[in-house]
Amino acid sequence: MWTRLKRLYHKMGSPKWFYEITTRWSKWFMAVGSILMLTGVVWGLAFAPADYLQGNSFRIIYIHVPASLLSQSAYIMMAVAGLVGLVWNMKMSFVVGKVIAPIGASLAILSLLTGAIWGKPTWGTWWVWDARLTSMLILLFLYFGVIAIYNAIENDEMANKAAAVLSIVGSINIPVIKYSVEWWNTLHQSATITLTKKPTMAPEMFIPLMLTILGFYCWFAVWVFARTRNEILFKERKTNWVKKLLQNGHKKTTGAQL
Amino acid sequence: MLMALLKRDLLLAFRSRGDLLNPLMFFMMVASLFPLAVSPDPQFLGTIAAGVIWVGALLATLLSLDLMFKSDYEDGSLEQMLLMPQPAMLMVLVKVLVHWLVAGLPLAFIAPLLGLMLGLPNGGFMPLVLSLLLATPILSLLGAIGAGLTVGLRKGGMLMPLLILPLYIPVLIFASSSVQAGVQGSDYLGHMAFLGAYLALTLVVAPVAAAAALRISLAR
Repeated sequence: MWTRLKRLYHKMGSPKWFYEITTRWSKWFMAVGSILMLTGVVWGLAFAPADYLQGNSFRIIYIHVPASLLSQSAYIMMAVAGLVGLVWNMKMSFVVGKVIAPIGASLAILSLLTGAIWGKPTWGTWWVWDARLTSMLILLFLYFGVIAIYNAIENDEMANKAAAVLSIVGSINIPVIKYSVEWWNTLHQSATITLTKKPTMAPEMFIPLMLTILGFYCWFAVWVFARTRNEILFKERKTNWVKKLLQNGHKKTTGAQL
Repeated sequence: MLMALLKRDLLLAFRSRGDLLNPLMFFMMVASLFPLAVSPDPQFLGTIAAGVIWVGALLATLLSLDLMFKSDYEDGSLEQMLLMPQPAMLMVLVKVLVHWLVAGLPLAFIAPLLGLMLGLPNGGFMPLVLSLLLATPILSLLGAIGAGLTVGLRKGGMLMPLLILPLYIPVLIFASSSVQAGVQGSDYLGHMAFLGAYLALTLVVAPVAAAAALRISLAR
């Protein structure tokens, strides 16, 4: 088991191998993700019962909660990728960290926007300075910082390392920020899903939510793979295998242009 | 060796008085903008005084962070310092200490004056000074990371606030709410305890991260 994991890790470090394997994986993630999202969204929007308190407006939960969850775990993934890159000097890990940053930021924006749309009918306002909203906004700022550092430093290797340090420091700070704002002011309803407790929602509302969350994760993987493959192609554009690949066209690698 | 570094940096700081005074003057000017922009009504100013002073302190610290490594980087002595037999994080810690003594501590002394001008109620003065004493070292420590990451960059000045301000938010929340608690006459020691805990955390993490950042910035 251990040696297999180690071998997988070493293979992951090779851009060519990573390119080829993720090309194959992407199709599966795309298919599974689409099915999950479609069933989850259709079930959630059309068939799940309306909330007794919020009526139909609660249905935005099927976008809002997955986006919020995923933007937070994306930050952790980015920090872990940065840590792996710094400790073992693994280049592919830096690439993954780099491509996650804008994806995570856009998920955070999506979460804030859908939250605002949800807030208007339920709270009567687009925005309040509430703990959850504020900490989500700060998460977005942290993403902005990481993206800004990639843009500011021209040397690729240096930019990767600097962004990795920043994202690790940020991830240590996230719990502090989260609790500081949580004690400071709160209006947002409590967490919909916790790992330790039984869901407080009815199962016919809860199952579609789980489906959309899993679907979001699958599409996140597709997105990360696609952007990573782009980065690989650009970085390795002078190597033989990329040249050969480009000469052959995209016959074997459908979806590479995504 | 580290003592020599401490002495040298303090001496250098006090030789260039302009750099020393500029953040302080900035602090006072920012605070005096608010009565002009919002309302000169003392009752109203008293309610926002804590927040205004703390935001001013954050911004003044951000301005002075640039000084932490810049001149040493420009004349090449920073590289020599990284080559010292002592761990780089101790060197960073000395730099942070000097920055705090020069740029952080004066803020705590001048803040009561601003509190007076902004009509801060009497109960707020003690927590204001205490929170500044406890929390300005945090600002210097976290700032060292940003300063280390941006030291080699020409456009570092605009980048630093983007990197560092999100990390400053817990400090701002606990510090200004401690002053609010003092104003309302309730207990503010809980807030102080949090600031102390955050100081302990950053004291452990920030020098390591800042040393790593410096090594990355100087690797070219």
